[in-house]
Amino acid sequence: MNESLSQLSVLCAYSAMGIYALAFVAFALDLARRGARATVTTEAPSAVARRAETARVAEAGGSTTTLTRITNRVENEVNWGRKQSKSLRVAFVLTTLGFAFHLVADILRGVVAGRVPWANMWEFSLTGTLIIVGVFLLLNIKYDLRFLGAFVTGLVLVLLGIAAVKYYVAVVPLPPALQSYWLVIHVMVAIIGTAFFAIGFALSVVQLLQYRRERQVEEGKPQQFRFLLTMPSSATLENLAYRTNIVAFILWTFTLIAGAIWAEKAWGRYWGWDTKEVWTFIIWVIYAGYIHARATRGWRGSRSAWLAVVGFSAVMFNFGIVNVFFKGLHSYSGF
Amino acid sequence: MRTALFLLLLLAVAAVPGSLVPQTSADPNGVAQYKIDHPELYPILKNLQVFDTYTSVWFSAIYLLLFISLIGCVIPRTKHHLDALRAKPPRTPVRLNRMAGYTFVTVPGGSLANIVDKARGILKSSGYRVVTFEKPGEASVSAERGYLRETGNLVFHIALLGVLLAVGVGGGFGFVGQRVVTTGQTFVNTLVNYDSFNPGRFVNTNNLSPYSITVDSLDVKYSNSNSDARGEPLDYTAHVTAKTPGSPAEKRTIKVNEPLEIGGTNVYLLGNGYAPEVTIRDAKGHIVFRDATPFLPQDSNLTSQGVIKVPDGLAKQLGIIGIFRPTAAKTMANGPISTYPGLKNPKLTLTVFSGDLGLDNGAPVSVYALNVNKLKQIAGPAASSPGLDLKPGQTAKLPDGLGSITFDGVKRFASLDVHHDPTKTWVLIFSVLILGGLLTSLFVPRRRMWVKAIEQADGGIRIEYAGLARGDDPGLDAAVDALAAKHRELIEPEPVEVKA
Repeated sequence: MNESLSQLSVLCAYSAMGIYALAFVAFALDLARRGARATVTTEAPSAVARRAETARVAEAGGSTTTLTRITNRVENEVNWGRKQSKSLRVAFVLTTLGFAFHLVADILRGVVAGRVPWANMWEFSLTGTLIIVGVFLLLNIKYDLRFLGAFVTGLVLVLLGIAAVKYYVAVVPLPPALQSYWLVIHVMVAIIGTAFFAIGFALSVVQLLQYRRERQVEEGKPQQFRFLLTMPSSATLENLAYRTNIVAFILWTFTLIAGAIWAEKAWGRYWGWDTKEVWTFIIWVIYAGYIHARATRGWRGSRSAWLAVVGFSAVMFNFGIVNVFFKGLHSYSGF
Repeated sequence: MRTALFLLLLLAVAAVPGSLVPQTSADPNGVAQYKIDHPELYPILKNLQVFDTYTSVWFSAIYLLLFISLIGCVIPRTKHHLDALRAKPPRTPVRLNRMAGYTFVTVPGGSLANIVDKARGILKSSGYRVVTFEKPGEASVSAERGYLRETGNLVFHIALLGVLLAVGVGGGFGFVGQRVVTTGQTFVNTLVNYDSFNPGRFVNTNNLSPYSITVDSLDVKYSNSNSDARGEPLDYTAHVTAKTPGSPAEKRTIKVNEPLEIGGTNVYLLGNGYAPEVTIRDAKGHIVFRDATPFLPQDSNLTSQGVIKVPDGLAKQLGIIGIFRPTAAKTMANGPISTYPGLKNPKLTLTVFSGDLGLDNGAPVSVYALNVNKLKQIAGPAASSPGLDLKPGQTAKLPDGLGSITFDGVKRFASLDVHHDPTKTWVLIFSVLILGGLLTSLFVPRRRMWVKAIEQADGGIRIEYAGLARGDDPGLDAAVDALAAKHRELIEPEPVEVKA
């Protein structure tokens, strides 16, 4: 019974990966078409194209976005969200479908184990990527962030792929050290925080590219990534990235505190500079720097975005390298 | 802000080396191994205090500077904020159309005072601090909210200082001690009974709270049914009898995630293992040694190693290095190893030495190590007699007619950590304040709102609405729109022209 459920969980995970791969292709196609479309509308604004454009805008009209100031609004309504290709819609539906399979895989894993499905690297990867896609889908209800789809599905595919090849383990009982309700709280919040950091990172990367393009426009240089024309301005992206990252930062702060409380229960001290503690602290400090940078003259914009990029690299390092290769009290969570 | 940012980034970078190199506090054996593996690099890193990164001069300097810069920032901001809390919202700007969310309506007539009063009512009931201004032909209300944002910000930063202070004080008045207790033994909480003890600077070690803990039994469960996890530990539970003066003895348990709270300390079960019970008799059959000696586990199947020392009672001093295997492998193909952590095929393998144990000069010697410099191997691979191999209940003769040794049975031992940290509750309180302060400082919007009514030449009244964000405020435009909509419903007569 458990054996077959376990196999079903793996099967669902592989199916999810297959569907995400298709979604990735469709998102990538959409990006390519955005580039082509942007070229058509800006360089050769033929009457036909313009009429088609107006029709599409009228069709999609109605909901206005209220998250930006008027100055941003003008530019964004030209560029953002109104034009959508068929491949984008297909990609989004596929992502949702993949998420459904992914969710089933994760729940089955939990059912077989008889506990929360995040107690080893395979389970972290399975649940972590699930939450990344989940947060992506959730944020899309409020803001149109589908242009990040290629990044999200790509990242999730790579992480799941590595995990499936290197970290798959059969269900084993929890060692005494992990038998605590703090496993549920501490790790779950860390995973959700990581998902928000991932989206924040993607937004910051697009912000950096967009800023570069805006400068190219100002200086009259040729622009390389035309698909950026269909995306929000760098200022809007910065605001979105900031909001995503501060949510993640608060979750991360909670992770730190909850981890300290658990450490006090399990190891007798709330803080001991264990390697994992060190890296969690480093990440916290980097993002604290990111938040300060937003209020520092000369650091708004691209510089703070680079800090978000560095911060997320540290998050990935903490998960992928520190868990596996560094000696420390958290190493039992690896295998 | 630039200084704070610089120091934050520096702190992040400075914390990295401590994760790459073993730390004395967390992993002293790792440091010793590092010295062997990297003989050239070791002295350099040692001088740079890299093995004690988080207490090093340079790391401390960075975070102390950061906190000094923090204090320098928090004090003027607190003063400024206290002033702001008492101040009224500022005068309505002359031109609202430059402000965020600007929108206006025109009504055919009505009283300026009445219109502004309605707006004032709405703003006040939504938590704004309001003040009205009037001049000929014009009336306005200026409102501000979100003072909690700055309060939260200040609470966050002050709580960070609180954590640092509480941790520092806790380090001075707390202590950590370890003691290995074999089942049946009693640990009494006085300094001499600890195997190791690390007190803070201000701890009075003569004044430890008097209590005793008897380890009655230690239950250990290993996984047996799941073929993927055979031998994985499932549960460690120490059943103890705890006694404090003036109250009856209590039966309690200590588990891995459930320490025992007693006498202002927490007692943790951080390790366990086997303690083989051995009786040694002299040539005439008199008992010279009988004890359960804790053997240190060497692997996850509890292949354990220990040392038995018999300084008195025999013709020569006797030292024994023992390997205990709870489930001895059938063959010695992989050496003397255990294949399962439970007691399925217990075996004690002994290498016996005789001579001078080196105990007589009074210098402290580890009970887990045997200095063989002045000892001669009399049974074992390097001696003429082979090593001794015993199952529980078996007896073997010691070489040279020294006597005999009996393997009576196996007990378990618990490795207990005793921690006293008088400020941890304070650390928790400040941590909660950090989280609360962070939430309010990042999510409470600080904003100003204005509603202005202006008499027009044609007798109508133009009502303008606008806002100003102070800090990140994604909902400002929506808030101005909502205010305008609500206000329009309240004013009579119906507005004739609505324009954004």
